[in-house]
Amino acid sequence: MSAPLLETKGLKKYFDTSLGPLHAVDDVSLAINAGETLGVVGESGCGKSTLGRLILRLLEPTAGEVVFDGQNILSYDRRKMKEMRKQMQIIFQDPFSSLNPRMTVSEIIAEPIKVTSALPTQDAILERVFELMGIVGLAERFVNTYPHELDGGRRQRIGVARALALNPRFIVCDEPVSALDVSIQAQILNLMMDLQEEMGLTYMFITHDLSVVKHISNNIAVMYLGQCVELAKTDELFENPVHPYTQGLLGAIPVPSLSARKHFNIMKGEVTSPINPHPGCRFAQRCPEATPRCAEPGLELKEISPGHFVSCYSHI
Amino acid sequence: MSENLLEIKNLHVTYKTDDDEIFALNGVDLKVRKGETLGLVGETGAGKTTMALSIMRLLPDRVGLVTQGEIFLEDVNLMKVTEADMRLLRGQDVSMIFQDPMTSLNPIHTVGHQIAEVLFLHYPNAATDEIERKVDDMMAMVGIPAERKAEYPHQFSGGMKQRIVIAIALACNPKLLLADEPTTALDVTIQAQVLKMMNELKDSFNASMILITHDLGVVAQICDSVAIMYAGEIIEVGAAVDIFESESHHPYTIGLFGAIPDMTKKTRRLNPIDGLMPDPTSLPPGCRFAERCPRCREVCSSERPGMTPMSATHGIKCHLFKSDEQRRAAQ
Ligand SMILES: Nc1ncnc2c1ncn2[C@@H]1O[C@H](COP(=O)(O)OP(=O)(O)OP(=O)(O)O)[C@@H](O)[C@H]1O
Ligand SMILES: Nc1ncnc2c1ncn2[C@@H]1O[C@H](COP(=O)(O)OP(=O)(O)OP(=O)(O)O)[C@@H](O)[C@H]1O
Ligand code: SF4
Ligand SMILES: [Mg+2]
Ligand SMILES: [Mg+2]
Repeated sequence: MSAPLLETKGLKKYFDTSLGPLHAVDDVSLAINAGETLGVVGESGCGKSTLGRLILRLLEPTAGEVVFDGQNILSYDRRKMKEMRKQMQIIFQDPFSSLNPRMTVSEIIAEPIKVTSALPTQDAILERVFELMGIVGLAERFVNTYPHELDGGRRQRIGVARALALNPRFIVCDEPVSALDVSIQAQILNLMMDLQEEMGLTYMFITHDLSVVKHISNNIAVMYLGQCVELAKTDELFENPVHPYTQGLLGAIPVPSLSARKHFNIMKGEVTSPINPHPGCRFAQRCPEATPRCAEPGLELKEISPGHFVSCYSHI
Repeated sequence: MSENLLEIKNLHVTYKTDDDEIFALNGVDLKVRKGETLGLVGETGAGKTTMALSIMRLLPDRVGLVTQGEIFLEDVNLMKVTEADMRLLRGQDVSMIFQDPMTSLNPIHTVGHQIAEVLFLHYPNAATDEIERKVDDMMAMVGIPAERKAEYPHQFSGGMKQRIVIAIALACNPKLLLADEPTTALDVTIQAQVLKMMNELKDSFNASMILITHDLGVVAQICDSVAIMYAGEIIEVGAAVDIFESESHHPYTIGLFGAIPDMTKKTRRLNPIDGLMPDPTSLPPGCRFAERCPRCREVCSSERPGMTPMSATHGIKCHLFKSDEQRRAAQ
């Protein structure tokens, strides 16, 4: 067993709102082994992006720890954190708005290198930019173009090149392919998996596309309203989903064939508000298996078989 | 009276920038019947959004131009409608869910206020508390607790903003709904809920919908017909059964289906279609897919294929397919 490169322990982020604290991420403990990919799936608004940003300290957590390579990075001061950032990067969902429209391709890719003064001369930087463009499969002739002149697939390659600029060990990929069509998506996923193999990268891969997450992840964490409700190896999760939300999620995957055309598999009930959420299971109002016990506090992730964790009163 | 709600005839659109002319749509023909849901699929940059913006007459000023062609909404030629009438049409007959939710949300108003605004336009005589109840219903329908209506867009995640935009577009019961990747940012349980809701609302008013999406799974679930675009043209069109069950397809369509990660198989590598779409500023003379096509023949790079009718509903634009007449004429 390799040791985890990244761990979160009891990580929490509450946002203040006019109606009270919003539990965006609420007590999430996860681990990702070096060289592996953890897929994070869940409803829109369940806290996936917030979790990713907490791990990179782009947001300060309300409580908890982020442990990278054995060190709690939340205790780092600015200078140490700046060093740390070289090892941790993020690729955003939207290749259209996450790139500065006034910067050329080479300026965008070079920015992290300049910010951290990682390379001494202009020439060295430009050489590195060309090297990175080669790695992600961007032709050199695009070096002085602006992002809006490129299609979505090429733009996302810029995002990948930029994330790789400082030779990171860990990358949070926040829906990097959601805005792309299936063919371009396949190109980018192949690229990311090749890079992982060649450079030993570790990924946290956020998405709501289950076919993508199944393809790319070693382990999958399913989130619901700020909490991790199920965690397992990818095959185990797809073959033996236990949490009723995970089951609903897998049951609702639209299959590209008419024979699978069915009545919409709709989960009934209202989505619980993340603002001052009631104690007990947050999925209870939509859950087909809910019992009165589900409203009681004290629900935790429990290991039901080796490596398979579930947080549900019906499965303890 | 035709049963077509929308008919697009030979539509050409170009974008003129400082130094380039981009040929975004190059002769699009399309019909959408009343009550029909048409899925519009195709690679990034194929022209899907451009087509929707042309129908809305919202192409960017001075940059995006319809150079040829006509668009009819029932008997109205949209190319000839005054801007004032078009504004009315946009509120009542046609509404669009934009790809980027922030284009339609106002950052300085609460999300509840923005839904209410549309409802007030539509039900000018309704009492305030009645409107508020409707706002709560709409929020619940898109799966967001109604108590969050007092929040501002920046407090919502991307997918939540998109759901508010969907609620706004549906609030005015349009005859034609143009939905540009409405559920791309949503997880499948909410996606199913939202699509079901869109379908029900559509059915209850016999409205039509053009659903732009990358997700062929979604298309299979709810579309009656499908149009597949490539480099500004519709290269295959048909009823859902034609696209999902017929043997004959455009090579691009085959590539598109092949690129989907298969949930039932374990493979390390996916199969993207090799290469990229041609440069839209200088399109090749023959078939626009020729450069990437595994079945490309000599005629393909010199001659543009026309649309070959395969059946009453199914058409393919590719030299591999010739209708019986064309075959007879060639002999
Ligand atoms: N700056 C903020 N202020 C207040 N609430 C916020 C803020 N940012 C996020 N939230 C709330 O935190 C919760 C989690 O949001 P987050 O963006 O992490 O969701 P997500 O899982 O990434 O969703 P999506 O799939 O739509 O991207 C949501 O309820 C959101 O409204
Ligand atoms: N405002 C604009 N100025 C210049 N070119 C544009 C503009 N908008 C779109 N284009 C170009 O027109 C072509 C068609 O773009 P369009 O946005 O319609 O594609 P799409 O099929 O909607 O793609 P996607 O799946 O990425 O949304 C592309 O080559 C695009 O770069
Ligand atoms: S016309 Fe020729 S190049 Fe174009 S898709 Fe058909 S076979 Fe391929
Ligand atoms: Mg997010
Ligand atoms: Mg588009």
